[in-house]
Amino acid sequence: MSDPIIEVTNLSHRFRDTVAVDGISFAVRPGEIFSFLGPNGAGKSTTINVLTTLLAVQGGMVRVAGFDVAKSPGEVRRSIGIVFQEETLDRDLTVREILEFHGRLYSMPREERKKRIDEMIRLVELEAKRDVQVRHLSGGMKRRLEIARGLMTRPKVLFLDEPTLGLDPQSRIHVWDYIRQVNHEGTTIFLTTHYMDEADSLSDRINIIDHGKIIASGTSRELKDALGQDIISLETGNDARAAEILRDLPGVRDIRPGLRGFSVIISGDGGKCLPAVLDRLRGAGIAIVSANLKQPTLDDVFVHFTGREIRG
Amino acid sequence: MGFEFFTIYWRDMIRFVRFRALLFASLVQPALWMAFFGIAMTGSFDRFTSLAPLPAGAVPVPYLTFMAAGVMALTTLFTTLFGGMGLLFDKLWGLMREILASPAPRWHILFGIALSGITKSYIQVMILMVFGLLIGVRFFVGASLVQVAIAIAGILLFVGIFALGFLFLSSAISLTMESPESMQAVMTLLSLPLFFVSNALYPAESFPPFLQAATALNPLTYLVTGIRYFAIGPDFWALSHHYVYTPADVCFAFLALALFAGVMFALALRTINRAVVS
Repeated sequence: MSDPIIEVTNLSHRFRDTVAVDGISFAVRPGEIFSFLGPNGAGKSTTINVLTTLLAVQGGMVRVAGFDVAKSPGEVRRSIGIVFQEETLDRDLTVREILEFHGRLYSMPREERKKRIDEMIRLVELEAKRDVQVRHLSGGMKRRLEIARGLMTRPKVLFLDEPTLGLDPQSRIHVWDYIRQVNHEGTTIFLTTHYMDEADSLSDRINIIDHGKIIASGTSRELKDALGQDIISLETGNDARAAEILRDLPGVRDIRPGLRGFSVIISGDGGKCLPAVLDRLRGAGIAIVSANLKQPTLDDVFVHFTGREIRG
Repeated sequence: MGFEFFTIYWRDMIRFVRFRALLFASLVQPALWMAFFGIAMTGSFDRFTSLAPLPAGAVPVPYLTFMAAGVMALTTLFTTLFGGMGLLFDKLWGLMREILASPAPRWHILFGIALSGITKSYIQVMILMVFGLLIGVRFFVGASLVQVAIAIAGILLFVGIFALGFLFLSSAISLTMESPESMQAVMTLLSLPLFFVSNALYPAESFPPFLQAATALNPLTYLVTGIRYFAIGPDFWALSHHYVYTPADVCFAFLALALFAGVMFALALRTINRAVVS
């Protein structure tokens, strides 16, 4: 396995008396989409701001693209692209000028800059808006332009801080497509979000962060399996007897009465357990009125690890 | 060294040219001031001063010519005092994050803003000179073409070094302010004493001693000295006062402005290096 492209050891950050980030460690592999999922105020933005050199490292060690953030911020800056949480576009400049400004700011040679501007405008499909001022663009277009800008300098890592905040559902899906495409072409993505579906659909690995700490990490599947909370809800001709004969079936962890019928809690993959459950009921001659399998969502995972629903 | 400061300059000039109303106002407003205030006051001032006896050998200068130099200086002051305001908007609208997160050294931001502020001041000063000459200001009297060119270069040199100081000051203040309203208030507060405790529109020589001491600390005084020296001459008579500028006076004025610019740069650099946008 290759060396991590981001390596964070015991990072802490406080604002006066508030601890924003509380001794977190993680490593991001080259080429993956790595996400921080957590409520507002969990420490996501603070972490991203330290990783992108906008805040000084207070405690711990951070390496990005092979450089120590505290010692070589200039090199780190040259190796990364950032899409900030808030809109950071000059409304009075045109799409082309926004990219031109960015390329110049990063000292890109003229020819390369021109070529790259064309490529980026094509990538985010803003050809028709090339010479239109930003003030006339929709929210989704602005976001796409910011992604294009973040990619202007061919960064090794692209940081996305809440990339679809405030976008309509269609624009979100559109933006997700670009993120996947960019990642597919080799750019490592560090993403923060408080949207479960966003983390779920984009990330290779998800870190649930709350109160400045990483409280769970893994792939979406791993996190859901760790819960062991696949649930089969059943209604039968004789619920009391059905519950009785299912109690000792392998994989069944618990049986709880429901509003109608009862629920069987499965410790592993509920989909694989369902046929066995149905077979046993039929074998005992119990009529099945309805059967329903529910697997946990990332919301359930979040509630499980933090003890509450995501805020905001 | 890179040329990122030129990028900041480029963007600021795009905005300057793109906002037609701003462009128009900033070009016309100083000329209007000179036209109305200058022509209105010239009549009365010249009537008063004609009563005083003219010493032998002194060259009398009409008030319009005297104040034209002052209006050029004041226009530069006001333009540059607000010249850093773009940084405040960049900060409030989050645009500053892109720049601060880039590898561009932060002093480039200050230099880019300074360069565009100086460009705007040069445009205004040139317009004022041309407009002034059209309405009867008597600059560069009896000078040859080469002498006029040297005089204009001298004026621009003074305007440039003065503008630099105030643009750095304005940038430093912008970076510490939280709203355009407070910026406006601070700038107005700052501009009033600078405006009145100077020799721009009337002679400072008739001020009480403590105010005279204050004019010596006012950068505007030195700019006016420089402009008058190059535009009117080293020896003239206006508003019952005999003005004599020696080359040493002019050099001292320039060095005072250079010192002011240097101190303001240090202040602005310290402010921007400490700026945290998150």
